[in-house]
Amino acid sequence: MSDVITNILVCGTGGQGVMTAAEILSQAAIARGLDCKKSEVAGMAQRGGVVTSHVRFGRRVWSPVITPGTADILVAFEVAEGSRWADMLRPGGVAMVNTIRLVPPVVSAGLFKYPDDPVAQMRAAGVTVYDFDAGAIARELGDLRLVNTIMLGAIADYLPFPAAELEEQIVGRFRERKPAMVEANQKAFAAGRDAAGSAKTKTSAA
Amino acid sequence: MSAAVQAKPQSRLLLSGNDAIARGVWEAGAKVAAAYPGTPSTEILESLSLYPDLYAEWSVNEKVAMEVAIGGSMSGARSFCAMKHVGLNVASDAFMTVTVAGVIGGLVIAVADDVGMSSSQNEQDSRFWGRFAHVPVLEPADSQEAYEMAKYAFELSEAYNTPVILRLTTRVCHVKAVVQVGEKVAHAIGGFKSDARRWVMTPANAKGLLPAQIAREGKLQTLAEASPMNFLDDGSDKRIGFVTSGPAYMHVRESFPDAPVLKLGFTYPVPVALVEKLAAQVEHLVVVEETEPLMEQELKAAGMQKIHGKDLLPRLGELTPNVLIPAIKTFLGEPVPPSTTYPKFDPFPRPPTMCAACPHMGVYYSLARMRKNVQISGDIGCYTLGAGHPWNALDSTISMGASMGIALGMDKARSEETKDKAVVAVIGDSTFLHMGMQGLLDIVYNRGNVTVLILDNRTTGMTGGQNHAGTGKGLKGDDTPRVDFVRLVEALGVKPERISKIDPYVLPVVFKTIKRETAIPEVSVIITDRPCVLSEFYTKIEPYKVIDDDCTGCGNCINVGCPAITVKRSESKVRADGKVNELKFTTIDTAMCTGCHMCVESCGPNAIVLAKSAAAAE
Repeated sequence: MSDVITNILVCGTGGQGVMTAAEILSQAAIARGLDCKKSEVAGMAQRGGVVTSHVRFGRRVWSPVITPGTADILVAFEVAEGSRWADMLRPGGVAMVNTIRLVPPVVSAGLFKYPDDPVAQMRAAGVTVYDFDAGAIARELGDLRLVNTIMLGAIADYLPFPAAELEEQIVGRFRERKPAMVEANQKAFAAGRDAAGSAKTKTSAA
Repeated sequence: MSAAVQAKPQSRLLLSGNDAIARGVWEAGAKVAAAYPGTPSTEILESLSLYPDLYAEWSVNEKVAMEVAIGGSMSGARSFCAMKHVGLNVASDAFMTVTVAGVIGGLVIAVADDVGMSSSQNEQDSRFWGRFAHVPVLEPADSQEAYEMAKYAFELSEAYNTPVILRLTTRVCHVKAVVQVGEKVAHAIGGFKSDARRWVMTPANAKGLLPAQIAREGKLQTLAEASPMNFLDDGSDKRIGFVTSGPAYMHVRESFPDAPVLKLGFTYPVPVALVEKLAAQVEHLVVVEETEPLMEQELKAAGMQKIHGKDLLPRLGELTPNVLIPAIKTFLGEPVPPSTTYPKFDPFPRPPTMCAACPHMGVYYSLARMRKNVQISGDIGCYTLGAGHPWNALDSTISMGASMGIALGMDKARSEETKDKAVVAVIGDSTFLHMGMQGLLDIVYNRGNVTVLILDNRTTGMTGGQNHAGTGKGLKGDDTPRVDFVRLVEALGVKPERISKIDPYVLPVVFKTIKRETAIPEVSVIITDRPCVLSEFYTKIEPYKVIDDDCTGCGNCINVGCPAITVKRSESKVRADGKVNELKFTTIDTAMCTGCHMCVESCGPNAIVLAKSAAAAE
């Protein structure tokens, strides 16, 4: 086994499911027999604030936090949050971005401005961004709560292990507790993989 | 959480430090565990409460939690208490004397420092309590060590007749890492045996025990020097040898993989001889510790003058690789390349907000309306957010329960300019029971002119919704007697006619009640009575929406501060007198709205209506 560590930063806002997504990623790494650390700062951030979770796995993980400039993948559940953490990526790292815009009260009240196009801003700086509307895909599948699975599906082809192993971690959770949700999550996972694939094709063509 | 409870010995699990500690405490055979919630330590007791054969409670404050654990230990039960760093300040009175008396059943105190300050009012280094109280300090660096040290701490406590501090930081408590768990060892309760010389701390008895306490420290010093928790990771690059503890060890190993590192887990008393051994092998010695230069100063005091630490590294916050690498490279005279490739975009701040329909908003909306005429002494909880946008209605927050005494001090120190201002204290239900009651008694006793607002939302909100003596439920969700706040404050001496219990959702009543009570020059208490929207006691009603044609853009509803209300469009309107009015037309996110009705009360033109009636009209 190589000494390479995979660094994944999951970000979004309080209540979006950032921590659950990070937990599932970590469990997939552990099921592989890898060492893994997952770090987040909860507390006041729970109240609609910024949420990030650092997931690191490999043969032996030391620090529980990702050093800025070394993240392999940035999973952004919200588009401006993606731009906020873009500098965490290593050169050539990938930002997988849900294009939803969640406007906080300080912006809607006019104290601050929400950037017009955070994705364009990131691309102009040279960041590789694959963006899509995960909410729209979830609505099409009939359940907004599927956003989490769609985002995990989107990064599944960028991990150092087969996508099926990540899918099993998600589906396994529902198999026992809510078997009715298994099929929907399988579809959402596949839809996430497709969305990332099309976003990549679109970006490469542009 | 339940995964750890059911895990068979030797299984390998992804556990937070807090869950790992709970497992270690249970495996050690502890019988009594107590805590008051506080980030980042809260989940330890929540996790422990799920294990069988163990008594676990939410105490009213950390001092009582400590005392419950002391009573358990005196009775021969392995006993445990947990708290955040500032909690040990509260508990220190009991702590500083039990360290003289010692223990029967192992007594372990987990104290969690919020290094980096994710959710605290200060950054404190609890390792100082080791030196202050002459007790050993164990410092885990990750979940596996947290589990092992929690279990070992009970043995150490009993073998050396001392309470033991398990010092944690946010990066231990809230990081999940792989843990291999073990087996539970049974530990029977010996039962209390009367021994006045041991437990009645009169001066004569305490004097008799003090020499043993000092002798104990010497023995612990010897033990620390030989402890397997203090070990050396050899390294080929002998330019710098690092001495480190806690999660800083992980950051050092990440940053300097080839350097020799002395990792200390048994950090007080500081094993000086071990450090001297490393010093002999390397050119420079650097102590990396979060947060204060405690080991550094101990080592210097022991005669090691040629060591580095806080001359190179910050004294505040976490010592992560992005902090360590540039500091050490600069010291070695090496170039420091930029760590990041892409620029940092700072789109806008996203400060924490109150939840949609949070009952605290009604109080702050009203206080903001009378802002010029009130001084507002605040406290610790979700309602500290009242200091922020859009209310800006809080003047002070210092410590748990301090709103009371500080308000009285403000009342007694009025200037010509502030003599007519009302002094208001704002405190939550859990915080009032924690340490506010005594302050209110002091206001009554000393005839203060303060209007006290007890925001009773039937939970300990900021830490995630824990039960307390005012919720009628215990740690395990079991029914318990519920404090009656009206009768309680009456018993403390507040006149019955000066006690009001109001619905914070009815804004005109909130405003009028505060106005009326602040105008009367004596102590009054206003209790708001609506549960936290995240609690089991809350029920959602029908959501509202804004009728666009009726909205005048006055922006009153935005001032309620509800995150479900956002500005749809803005317009500048020039008035007849030439002044420009900024109009803000709003919309309500009906999925978020719970139907609390507060914004309806704030809307002059009645543009906010039930979403379903609006739909029917269309």
